Amino acid sequence: MRKAIMVYGRYVSVVLQSAMQYRLSFFLMAGGRFLIAFNGFLGIYFLFSGFSEVKGYTYGEILLCFSVMQLSFSLAECCANGFKKFSGIVRKGEFDRMLVRPVSPMLQVLGSGFDLGRLAPAVTGVLVLFVGIRNCSVDWTAGRMAALFLMLLGGVCLFAGLFMIEASVCFFSIENTECMNVLTYGAKEHGKYPIDIYGKGLMRFCTYVIPYTLVQYYPLQYLLGKTDKWQYALCPFGVILFVVPCYIFWRVGVRHYKSTGS
Amino acid sequence: MKKYFGFFKVRFQVGLQYRSASIAALTTQFLWGMMEIAAYRAIYLSSGKEPPMEFAALVSYIWLKEAFLAMFNTWIATDGDIFSVIMNGDVAYELCRPISLYRMWFAKSVGGRCATAALKCVPIIVVAALLPRPYGLSAPKSAAAFAFFILTLFLGLFVTVAFCMLVYAITLFTISPQGLRALLTGAVEFLSGAIIPFPFIPQPVRGVLELLPFGAMQNVALRVYGGSLAGGEMLRAVWLQIFWIAVLVLLGRAVCGRAERRMVVQGG
Repeated sequence: MRKAIMVYGRYVSVVLQSAMQYRLSFFLMAGGRFLIAFNGFLGIYFLFSGFSEVKGYTYGEILLCFSVMQLSFSLAECCANGFKKFSGIVRKGEFDRMLVRPVSPMLQVLGSGFDLGRLAPAVTGVLVLFVGIRNCSVDWTAGRMAALFLMLLGGVCLFAGLFMIEASVCFFSIENTECMNVLTYGAKEHGKYPIDIYGKGLMRFCTYVIPYTLVQYYPLQYLLGKTDKWQYALCPFGVILFVVPCYIFWRVGVRHYKSTGS
Repeated sequence: MKKYFGFFKVRFQVGLQYRSASIAALTTQFLWGMMEIAAYRAIYLSSGKEPPMEFAALVSYIWLKEAFLAMFNTWIATDGDIFSVIMNGDVAYELCRPISLYRMWFAKSVGGRCATAALKCVPIIVVAALLPRPYGLSAPKSAAAFAFFILTLFLGLFVTVAFCMLVYAITLFTISPQGLRALLTGAVEFLSGAIIPFPFIPQPVRGVLELLPFGAMQNVALRVYGGSLAGGEMLRAVWLQIFWIAVLVLLGRAVCGRAERRMVVQGG
């Protein structure tokens, strides 16, 4: 385990050094990503200058929800970006090389794909979190803070799991994985509102198929004091039930792997 | 002029080749539109106040935005070939041709965008029109609104392409152009009304946004269709579109001309 962390650390430092060779480009790119996320905040800001609430959620509460999604998505994207690049890794035959090295292939995929620039939307996330906290009347007990932390942690794991599926699909088909974008980018974009505003059908999908509600809707109810059930705060642990099959899928994929031969 | 129309035609025909690849993309866009409408519906139902835009007009705005996304987006993926030519140094070959770089790129960009939009708009519009109220795309407000919708759609396309050309021309001066482009793209999204339609933005911010070139892109056509922009205000918007096309094209050609004179091709 210690060795794995050290190897990952090496990867991160090498990737950072190479990014710093094109410093201006790196910062402009990060600035662009920051702006795109910030646009989402501007949208909510102006929309709620005319409307006061949506299904009982106030402006500040929506912002909390938005920032949690932005933060968990961008953290997951920064660390698990290797999964998103995986189709390229397979196509170029780089994965063959990774398999012969005495380190876990997943570690190499993650390490070589690390992308700090993807963290730029998290800046928006943090800013919006503060604006949200100022604009809503949540009583910040230790339990609520823990709920917020668990939402973030669960969210990162959930998105990482989705990216893992996206990568694993590449073992079986080299076609593009556009449909996964609905589940990742779509969730980041539309998860800015608590899922129950979209109606019952989507709530069910987001609980039993991809468990977004476990990191968003349920703990949010506890966080905002809309329910007294403290158990709701523990829902993010349920994501483990989702991530484990994702990992098994990855393992099956690795075993199934045939080189593309280039 | 004929040769530039040729570039348009070739790019248009190449674009039409990607028929099957876009089914997944279509589904994505379709779900995207549905989610957006569902969110607005929840907001409208929770609100006691008179909303600034009729719901039917808003729904049309969202569906048309998805249908003609390819015409107006400024993301990295659009005009990929122009961009890779700048990156990999093939721009040197382009310069050997006895034609204007600016006009050729302009024609290619318009062609590529029209092809993608032509492929995507039909299925999206048909399915959206068949959806039950209030999620469905309604008919245009009037025959005149439809005529102006078509006119402003293409004017908006020209504003968008002229803006992108200006960006490409600027990127000719830099070694790694993605960064600059990402920054500008990030700025354009909100300013062009892609995040929320302009009627939801309060004055005086809205007044400023309407005057900017970004407000002359998709905003005009999408609102004309549903009748949220009509009468004198609409005519003013049309003149503004023409004004911005002229300004952006002149600027773009000037910058492009300067870049051509002192181009440095890095290996390749």
